[in-house]
Amino acid sequence: MITDSLEVSREAFKAATGWAIKPQGACKAEMCVPLGGLGASGDTFDVAPIAERMGMPIVHDEAHGVWAIGPDTIGKVLKSADAPDLTLPEYRGGEFSLSSLRGKKVLLLAWASW
Amino acid sequence: MTVALDLGGWDAAGPWVERANPTHPSCVDTAHLLDELFGIVNVPSGIWIDEEGVIVRPPETAYPGVVKQLEEWAGNPPVTEPDPYLLAQAEETMKMQVRPKKYYYALIDWVEHGADSKYALSPDEVVERSRPAGADSSLAAAHFELGQHLHLAGDPDAAIEHFREAHRLQPENWTYKRQAWSMADPDQKPTDTYETDWLSDVKKYGPESYYAPLDM
Repeated sequence: MITDSLEVSREAFKAATGWAIKPQGACKAEMCVPLGGLGASGDTFDVAPIAERMGMPIVHDEAHGVWAIGPDTIGKVLKSADAPDLTLPEYRGGEFSLSSLRGKKVLLLAWASW
Repeated sequence: MTVALDLGGWDAAGPWVERANPTHPSCVDTAHLLDELFGIVNVPSGIWIDEEGVIVRPPETAYPGVVKQLEEWAGNPPVTEPDPYLLAQAEETMKMQVRPKKYYYALIDWVEHGADSKYALSPDEVVERSRPAGADSSLAAAHFELGQHLHLAGDPDAAIEHFREAHRLQPENWTYKRQAWSMADPDQKPTDTYETDWLSDVKKYGPESYYAPLDM
């Protein structure tokens, strides 16, 4: 997650990491990690102590005024078999969401030009 | 659907998509988010997702079909290639184990039989097979994303140190390395920008480990 402030919105954090910060803790799929009340209220929260609890590294580039927050280090990359939400630019224009293929079998194939 | 892990966006991936003229959705992922979300470390990688949005096979080496280039090279390497580096690349590539036919027939079996296919894994098996969410790979992801951000923000020189750090932290992630090498040299040859290059790293870790063996 790239951010220009360590005070991040609940929505942006969930969109980038998949973790929803709720009163009971950070929740993804069926897993909730207690946060001891951190980020329990308000539209935004200080991400640093929450990232520390979640084992998310924070890398700062002072010259450009941005931070990168790495993924959590809890268990496996996939916390459950539920496919994470994914929305990306589509070649013909606009954005495409993986979830729009619900009802069909999907082969998600990652490739590259390099 | 296909997703191109390409920092260069459609400028890099677009000509390939245009030539393939696919009927399926074709997306581009400039930040390599799929690495972070699914644990992808090389391409091509395939993930199978059922009608309910449940992953039935996590990322694995995916050559769905015959790899024409490798077939053409098999027993008949491009010996006329004048560039020794490219010839050595071809020789190492031919040692890799990709089993495209096995993957293809397994995929067809799942399409036909769904949850009854022997290749469809249970949710517990999917999670078990998923890569560990390690501290080094997480820090590598943060550095790579920051490098990607700086590169696209118009400061590619500032991005390099973050790409180098991502390589050091997660050397098994070939998408981070191949992406960065390719921007320094299209053939991913040795450069002054990075300490490593495609051929030296493939030899270092062994071509047989470049793609994880299919477990199916």
